[in-house]
Amino acid sequence: MLVATAVSSGVVVLVGAVFLACAVEMVEALTIVLAVGHTRGWRSAFEGTGVALVALTALVAVFGPALIHVPLSVLRLVVGGILLIFGMQWLRKAILRSSGLKAMHDEDEIYRETVAELEAVGTSPNRDRIAFVMAFKGVFLEGLEVVITVLTLGTSAHRLGLAATVAGVAIVLVGIVGVVVARQLSNVPENAMKMGVGVLLVSYGTFWTGEGLKVRWPGNDTMLLVFVALYLLVTWLMIAVLRREPSNVESGVAA
Amino acid sequence: MNKEPTLVIRLLKGFGMFWWDFLVGDTPELFVGALIIIGVVAGLSEAGHHNAASVVALPLLVVVALALSVHRAQRTARRKGR
Repeated sequence: MLVATAVSSGVVVLVGAVFLACAVEMVEALTIVLAVGHTRGWRSAFEGTGVALVALTALVAVFGPALIHVPLSVLRLVVGGILLIFGMQWLRKAILRSSGLKAMHDEDEIYRETVAELEAVGTSPNRDRIAFVMAFKGVFLEGLEVVITVLTLGTSAHRLGLAATVAGVAIVLVGIVGVVVARQLSNVPENAMKMGVGVLLVSYGTFWTGEGLKVRWPGNDTMLLVFVALYLLVTWLMIAVLRREPSNVESGVAA
Repeated sequence: MNKEPTLVIRLLKGFGMFWWDFLVGDTPELFVGALIIIGVVAGLSEAGHHNAASVVALPLLVVVALALSVHRAQRTARRKGR
């Protein structure tokens, strides 16, 4: 019974972290591809997207099997450290946005900016190199974050197949929703999702860093749920404290 | 003489830049904080064999690092607001 609970808590946190992280990155990539497609034509947008997906697949094929050969304690320490940094960055951003210290991520604004950037560049009668590069960069950079999340979380938890499947489901789901609603991606509650991902990544980061440093967690995997609760509480407290200061609202910060 | 960097150099530079942006970016304090956390917990756990202290210190230091980074952003925002 205890073992079943421990396994399920680890799996729940893994599935949640991978799903939310992949969904957020997919929303960002899709916004760029839609902007490129609507402005410069779909051919170059799809070509850029396709080449980026091939490059990402090649990266997974090269680095995925190599990670399995890294000693587990080293892998968990490195992965834990990366997840800690990455998770704290996401959480910090979400806290600043929720408390009014940073502008909310606006997909409509990103869409408009990308369209303006593309329209400023003249069209080419031959292949549209600008559109191709824009779509490629958008998909490749956001996709690279998905790859890192899936590889690090999946390999450390010995559940790479599950992590890859969850990532695939998230990407397909967001893709379908994105195509259906076209440019209405700003309706996605991205900040709330980012906060959720931040909490889950920091929880996993804490857990794996400890495992890598031979810390024996009480309750083993169940400790992940304690971390999730702790970091949610801390996030809520930080937002509440920052919101009480009226000078914070909409003052804006670049970092 | 052609001084354009080769494809390999450009790829390596791009790869390095990606990891720099990914891990350090505009929050170097979080990167340094994570290194300090790992150092402190390694000292407690591996060298000192203080497991209970490590269990408490690790999440506590994460909260401290996050709070300091948020505080830094708040100060930056105030300075810009003036």
